[in-house]
Amino acid sequence: MLTLGRDAVNRNDCEKPHVTDAIIEFRAVEYRISTTSPRAILSGISLEIHQGETIALLGRSGSGKTTTLKLINRLRSASSGDIFVEGRSVNDWELIKLRRHIGYVIQEVGLFPHLTVEENVSLVPALEKWPAARTKDRFAEVMHLVGMKPEEYAARYPRELSGGQRQRVGVARALAADPAILLMDEPFGALDPVTRAELQQEFLALTRRLSKTIVLVTHDVREALLLGTRVVLLDAGRIIAQAAPREFLQLQQPIARQFIAASELVAGAAQ
Amino acid sequence: MNVWQFFASHRSEILIATREHLTLVLISMAIAVAIGVPLGMMLVSHPRLRTVALTVANIFQTIPSLALFGFLIPLPFIGGIGMRTAIVALVLYALLPILRNTFVGLAGVDPAILEAAEAMGMTERQILFRVRLPLATSVILAGIRTATVITIGVATIAAAIGAGGLGTFIFRGVAMVSDAVILAGAIPAALLALLADFLLGILERRLRVA
Repeated sequence: MLTLGRDAVNRNDCEKPHVTDAIIEFRAVEYRISTTSPRAILSGISLEIHQGETIALLGRSGSGKTTTLKLINRLRSASSGDIFVEGRSVNDWELIKLRRHIGYVIQEVGLFPHLTVEENVSLVPALEKWPAARTKDRFAEVMHLVGMKPEEYAARYPRELSGGQRQRVGVARALAADPAILLMDEPFGALDPVTRAELQQEFLALTRRLSKTIVLVTHDVREALLLGTRVVLLDAGRIIAQAAPREFLQLQQPIARQFIAASELVAGAAQ
Repeated sequence: MNVWQFFASHRSEILIATREHLTLVLISMAIAVAIGVPLGMMLVSHPRLRTVALTVANIFQTIPSLALFGFLIPLPFIGGIGMRTAIVALVLYALLPILRNTFVGLAGVDPAILEAAEAMGMTERQILFRVRLPLATSVILAGIRTATVITIGVATIAAAIGAGGLGTFIFRGVAMVSDAVILAGAIPAALLALLADFLLGILERRLRVA
């Protein structure tokens, strides 16, 4: 991880093309709800994310992990510091282009209830004015990727699907325009444990195949360890630890220990 | 003469009055929808305009209908005796339910869905027309339904300022102290309101999402 001095984050420096090969980079990012707000939701966030990594942002509710995610596609704007996507500050990206370049998956609520599965999945390609035939092919392709028969589900509405199916469609929709980056906010949070485990395994297989750069928000330490190639632990708006899953288990950082202990508690109770 | 004899002997007159009544209602509703829905759409992103518009519409709705007709008669251009003044009053009456429901329907869309739309790179315009409007259709339609029923009712009073319609029979019947004549206006007016409510109710349910 690269830590930059305070002077490195002034505007002049940010406008220069910079030379890391990170796909996503946070440089000394701070976020407050308003400029007058005394409490920073996030502060001192510096993080480099590289091609093909799956970053699991782990933390309790209110630790700032979802906000961190939303800064990447500018659903929120940093109060100070800067975020770079593919070497360019998110503020220099055309907003619509930036967002269509990044897939986004949230808990099941994100599907449009008035659109069919096919219309939901094909939305970004349609907005990008892909030719109809290509859009149709792509729909079939991403549906296969998430393990659903395109012809069987194309005309269904989200309310006619199970929670797991909706989540698959959510992932298919995020993949439709073939974005290099995928942001996922508790994507498996609303599912029953069996379906969740199933989807996690499939997701793992999928990410290995697609080599996307993924940022995943979760409060479930086992999900973070299973899916992440790197776990980033947030607490009270700061990054307090980060490590590969195997090393994460060895961390002595107290809050990291709490998370690990909580997961061991569950495992222990089962035995 | 009983009611049925009166209906039979004045059939064509009643039909003409019904047609006048429907014309009044349809023209007023068309104008009210043309103003109310776009204005309601604007209210979503203009909080200040929201308070003003809803307050003004609320004031019009609160003024007793006969008094509103009375206020309009002396006004230049839109006032005077006849259909035009009646339409202005009916539009003002119909506006509040349409405006309010359009705004409430559009503003009431699940924020998570709106955020998903934003995150997918939809423009504000696309979010309005492709997400908010389709999801708000049944609520907007419920407003149009309420407004239509109100308009059919208030339009009977429009006869008092010479706008014609089924109210003509009611006022004439009151003056003649004839139940038959009153009912010749009251029954078709009531049926129109019930029918409109029923049909728009079906449409509303059909367009409801999830």
